Amino acid sequence: MKKSFKSITTPDARVNPFQSPTTEGIQVMPFESTTTEGAPSFAILRRVGRANAALFLALFLFIPALLLAESDGKWLHRVPDEDRARTNPYASKPNAAAAGKVIFSENCAKCHGADATGLHNRPNLRSERIRHATDGELAWMLKNGNPYKGMPSWSSLPEQQRWQIIAYLRTLPPAHTSGAKQ
Amino acid sequence: MIRIPTFAHRPILAFAALITLGLALQAPAARAQEKPYFVTYSTDLEEPGNLEIALKGLTASPKDANAFVSPTLELEYGATAWWTTEVYAQGQSTVNDSTVFTGFRWENRFKPLPREYWINPVIYIEYERVSQADKSILEVTGHDSISSFQVNNGQSHGIIEKSIESKLILSSNFKGWNVSENFIAEKNLSNEPWEFGYALATGRPLTLAASPHKCWLCLQNFDAGAELYGGLGTRYSFGLKQTSHYAGPTVDFRTPAGITYSFSPQFGLNDNSIGVLWRFKISYEVQQLRDLFRRSK
Repeated sequence: MKKSFKSITTPDARVNPFQSPTTEGIQVMPFESTTTEGAPSFAILRRVGRANAALFLALFLFIPALLLAESDGKWLHRVPDEDRARTNPYASKPNAAAAGKVIFSENCAKCHGADATGLHNRPNLRSERIRHATDGELAWMLKNGNPYKGMPSWSSLPEQQRWQIIAYLRTLPPAHTSGAKQ
Repeated sequence: MIRIPTFAHRPILAFAALITLGLALQAPAARAQEKPYFVTYSTDLEEPGNLEIALKGLTASPKDANAFVSPTLELEYGATAWWTTEVYAQGQSTVNDSTVFTGFRWENRFKPLPREYWINPVIYIEYERVSQADKSILEVTGHDSISSFQVNNGQSHGIIEKSIESKLILSSNFKGWNVSENFIAEKNLSNEPWEFGYALATGRPLTLAASPHKCWLCLQNFDAGAELYGGLGTRYSFGLKQTSHYAGPTVDFRTPAGITYSFSPQFGLNDNSIGVLWRFKISYEVQQLRDLFRRSK
C-alpha cells in the first residue's frame, strides 16, 4: 500500500494529521493517492470540496491564459507607469548610438539579426510596436526580459549600456518587410 | 594520462567532442555576460540557445601534501530563458602521484520569477558523481579539511561519492555592482548527514558605459570583484568552525573574439584551508547553437 505524504496510516482508517474536522472541504492533501494497491482514491476529491475544485480549475485555466497573454506585445501592459515615463539619459549623447550598435551586435544580433528585423520568427525590433514604445518601456523589457517567451533578462548588462542599445534602436529605419513577428 | 571510467565510453566522448567542436566553429561567438566569479553563482543564466564551453582550472600546493592541478571542462547550455543546464567533467593531476579522472556533475539552474526585483532568486539542483580524489573545490561544504589533500590518489580514487546538491542563489544589481549570495545544501546519497556551505561575491565592470568602437583593451571588457566562500558544517554540527574558508580578488577579460579569461588568487582563511588557490578559466560562448538546425531564416 502506498502511503500518502506526511500522513498517518492507522489500522482502520487513513487520517490526515493536518486536517481538522472543522476544516472539512478546505484542507488539501496533494500527495495522497491510493487506498488500496494501485486504485485511485476518490475520497480525496470529496475532501477537497467544491470550493477548492473551483479554485484548482481557475488556476489550471488561468496560468496558460496568462502565459498566452504575454505574447506579441502584451508585455507592454505590464510596464509600471513609473518605468514607462523614464527617458533615455543617453538620447542626446553623440556616441551613444554607435556604442549601442557595438553592444547590439555582440548581444542582440544573434536572435534579432544584424539588421534587427528578427531571426527565426523572433521579434522585429524595427516594427511599429517597438518604434512607438517609449524609452522607458524598452528599458523595462531589457532589464526584466520575458523569460516565458524566450527573451532573457539583460540586467547583467550595466544600465548605461542598456540605454545605449535603446539609443541605437531609435536610429533604425522602419522595417519594409512584414514577414517577421511584430 | 587521464583515466576514463570505462573504455567503452571513449568513442562516444570523442564523437561528442568532435560534434561540439564542429558546431562551435560554424556558429558565431559571443561574449558571455557572466560575472568573474569561480565558486559563487550569480542569477545570470545562459542566454537561450547559447552554449558556453569553458575550461576551469585550479592549482595549489597544500601544506604537507603534493602540489596538484585540477582541470574541469564545463558545457553550459541555455535551454530556455529561465532554465540553464550544465555538465562538468573533471580530473586532477598530482605531483609525484598520478593523473585521474575524478567524475562528472550535471547541474540545472531555474529562475522562478518572471521579472527582476531588488534581490532575485535562482534555484540550483545538481547531481554529482565524483571520487574522493576530486580536488576541484567547486564549492566547500560540511567539514572540509586540508587533510583530504594529503591522501594519495591510489587510496582515494576508488571511493565514489554520489551527491545531490542544491543552492539558493540570490543576486542584486545596483549601479553596475553585482552582489551575489549562495546558500549550499549537499546530501551524499549514502547515509551521511546534510552538509552546508556558503559563497558570497561582488563584482563590477571597470566602466559602465560602452565605447563606440570595438576594442581589445577597453575598460568595459574587464570585470573585477571579490569572493568569499567556505563550509558551514553539517546538520549535527552547523557553524563556521572545523571547515575551510577562502577569499580573494577576481578579474576577467572578455576579448572581442569571444574568449573570456578569468583569474583569481584565493587565500585560505584558517588552518583547515590551503594557503593559496590559483584559479583560472577560459571560456567561449557559441551563439544560438540550435539555430543551426532550423530551416527558416
